[in-house]
Amino acid sequence: MDESSSPLLEVSGLRKSFPGVLALRGVSLHLQKGEVLALIGENGAGKSTLMKILAGVQPADEGDFRVSGKKVFFRNVNDAMDKGIALIHQELNLCGNLDLAANVFLGREPTKAGLIDESEMRRQTEKFLSQVGLNLPVDTLAGSIPIGKQQLVEIAKALSCNARVLIMDEPTSSLSQKETETLFEVVKNLRSKGISVIYISHRLGEVKELADRVTVFRDGENVGELMQDQIDHDNMVKLMVGRELSEFYDRQIHNPGKPVLSLKNLRCPSYPQHPLSLEVSEGEIVGVAGLVGAGRTELLQTIFGVTPALGGSLEISGEAKEIRNPRAAISVGIALAPEDRKQHGLVLPMSVRENSSLPSLQRDASRGWLNENAERAVTQNAVESMKIKTPNYEQMARFLSGGNQQKIVLGKWLAMSPKLLLLDEPTRGIDVGAKREIYKLMEKLAGEGMAILFVSSEMEEVLGMADRAYVMHEGQISGELSRDQMSEKAIMNLATGNLAAA
Amino acid sequence: MKKNVLGIFILLVAIFVITAVINPKFLNAYNMQNLIKWSSLYAVMSLGVAFVIITGGIDLSIGSVVGLVSVVLSICLKLEGMDPWSAIGITLVLSLGIGLLHGLLITKAKVQPFVVTLCGLLVYRSMGRWLTDNQSIGPMPYEEDAGYKNLEQIQGLDFLFSGKIALGSFNLPTPALFILVLSIAAAVFLRRTIWGRYLFALGNNEEGTRYSGIDTDRMKILAYVLCSLFAGIAGILFAFELDSVQPAQTGEFYELYAIAAAVLGGCSLRGGEGSVLGVVIAAAVIRLIYNSINMVGISTHLEFGILGLVILLGVIGDEFLKKAVARKQAAVKT
Repeated sequence: MDESSSPLLEVSGLRKSFPGVLALRGVSLHLQKGEVLALIGENGAGKSTLMKILAGVQPADEGDFRVSGKKVFFRNVNDAMDKGIALIHQELNLCGNLDLAANVFLGREPTKAGLIDESEMRRQTEKFLSQVGLNLPVDTLAGSIPIGKQQLVEIAKALSCNARVLIMDEPTSSLSQKETETLFEVVKNLRSKGISVIYISHRLGEVKELADRVTVFRDGENVGELMQDQIDHDNMVKLMVGRELSEFYDRQIHNPGKPVLSLKNLRCPSYPQHPLSLEVSEGEIVGVAGLVGAGRTELLQTIFGVTPALGGSLEISGEAKEIRNPRAAISVGIALAPEDRKQHGLVLPMSVRENSSLPSLQRDASRGWLNENAERAVTQNAVESMKIKTPNYEQMARFLSGGNQQKIVLGKWLAMSPKLLLLDEPTRGIDVGAKREIYKLMEKLAGEGMAILFVSSEMEEVLGMADRAYVMHEGQISGELSRDQMSEKAIMNLATGNLAAA
Repeated sequence: MKKNVLGIFILLVAIFVITAVINPKFLNAYNMQNLIKWSSLYAVMSLGVAFVIITGGIDLSIGSVVGLVSVVLSICLKLEGMDPWSAIGITLVLSLGIGLLHGLLITKAKVQPFVVTLCGLLVYRSMGRWLTDNQSIGPMPYEEDAGYKNLEQIQGLDFLFSGKIALGSFNLPTPALFILVLSIAAAVFLRRTIWGRYLFALGNNEEGTRYSGIDTDRMKILAYVLCSLFAGIAGILFAFELDSVQPAQTGEFYELYAIAAAVLGGCSLRGGEGSVLGVVIAAAVIRLIYNSINMVGISTHLEFGILGLVILLGVIGDEFLKKAVARKQAAVKT
């Protein structure tokens, strides 16, 4: 077999499990030289786990792994680097306090007589920066350049390690339209030089533009492959979701009742220059779409009192409220299932019982004494109504799967019977089964008259679940779309600030 | 009994038995009474700091609070001739105030607990020395003192705080009753009230707890107030125990013993863990080690070294236990 026909990278039968969840159930993947392979799938399909294994961040439990036909085993990131595989992280890993040259050569500084050879390092850095189309002085501090350029520096860094395969995990999730275009140019340019790219994205439009081939994952398994001429939106969605969309989301439109939440010129501390106004009514599911960093999470956090508003008005059921902290928010009937479940949603080392009852302890207590009967009842209710899979109530939340953790978060809030439920990326990192249950729950709660405001970066989720959607761009609400007006294109145009096209 | 508490209890019994075998004098009543008394005094401070450590904080000022409280109490009783119960009240209010100040500085001014209480350590120590002109002083008045008129009442307090109750031939030191009451109160507080639960929750994940609607700042302040209050109670006990308070020395390094006992007793400095029983037993272990070194005839110059090694090994053992428990939980199929 000559070198061109043996795939550059080939894995098969890859399995990986974490406590409480089987993340990969025997997946396979191959990649040719100079190919852009897109990897798609919903949250929790196992894409990120696979990427981490390919890049040596974590080992697989079992599976066959070959580079240019030779069997390899990666114990760590350096092993993967040696074989020319580099991961460009979703969260960038540059040291903001160091300049570009120092970042590119961090840990591999060229030396002369034991000291760093600054001039060699600068010369090399300039070469690699120009390969990714960056014309910045190499002594620029990494922290002082925008995120899109930082990403290009990461790529330059990978190239300087002789990377032959670049793995990019959601590279455009926080980039502006223009930065995205630049990145695409760089990727296409690298491809023409024989570098291969594995590209993970939720943005199907980007995949269509960039990919030579698409591999689709669902629930830790390969579910299909599309060659370049087959790549279109419907094919991709069908494979990802595994059924017709309407069946998966199963929405019934309720007639919205009276407004529950109404914001008028609310000023969030993150973007105080852009006052925000919106409304959510009883029985309504409202989505907030936009790019990462558009201020969506911050909006929910301001409504919930984590970062109190600087001005403007917030009304709950027509009454103006000032919400200075989460306690105040909870007392007027607001609940938040935060984006960062592990940091903000749960106390991981505590049990299912202790987590489920945390917000309702005080309500059920008398003079500060724990009411253990009420606590058990709240827990039982959460576990049963949310179908939380746990061996017992004393199991530490840490050892449950992402889906079950999210169900605890929802369960603990349902015990407080909120009027307004805020959900921040409600299905991030959870498997398809649990996802469907969460959608069903949202539907059921809305049917009972709860107002739901949810933030999602998953286009399909917004399109599938929202009665109405607001789109945010750089801290502003750039548009509002009714269910009929919603489309991937309309949302992306508003999300990237391309207002004229919307 | 939880596994880690069982571990420290076994350690206590083992040292106890070994010492008794090597030197039977260890078991005589006088030595036992002393051991119980000192263990109780240490345990009061250790319980206090456990509240703070459970929240993920630290209090380095305990020894200085002990020193300042015993100095202020002595001045009030002996020199000022103040009503004895008012004097006790003043010292308790003083310790509550110190705890409140720590809590406010940590939660509102956002100064790190280490820094706040380190400065406290320096300030309270020097206040005690300044108030007394660095002369030793005790709570018991002499004829020439203004407090002599209250002698009888002060003697009553002396019995309450450092007396002995005859149980047959054994004289139980009264501090043992204090630690009994305080540890039951602390255990009930931590395990049966919502505030105890909140302290554990915020020690594990402060942000997550705040997102659940709990006023984490107020709970942290409460922990520091309790810690200083317990240190203040220990200060009163020490004042009567020692009779003569040395403003520069009384209580010096006690915070380190208290922290060591809390850690050895199962509190993690990362926060979120701890048990009252474990801390009380660990305080006893620390006193026992001191006593055993003397009884067995090891050079007293090795005291600190042995203490340090025992604490280190105890904590390492505890970590292993925790990992084993975690593995067991993780292995349960969900």
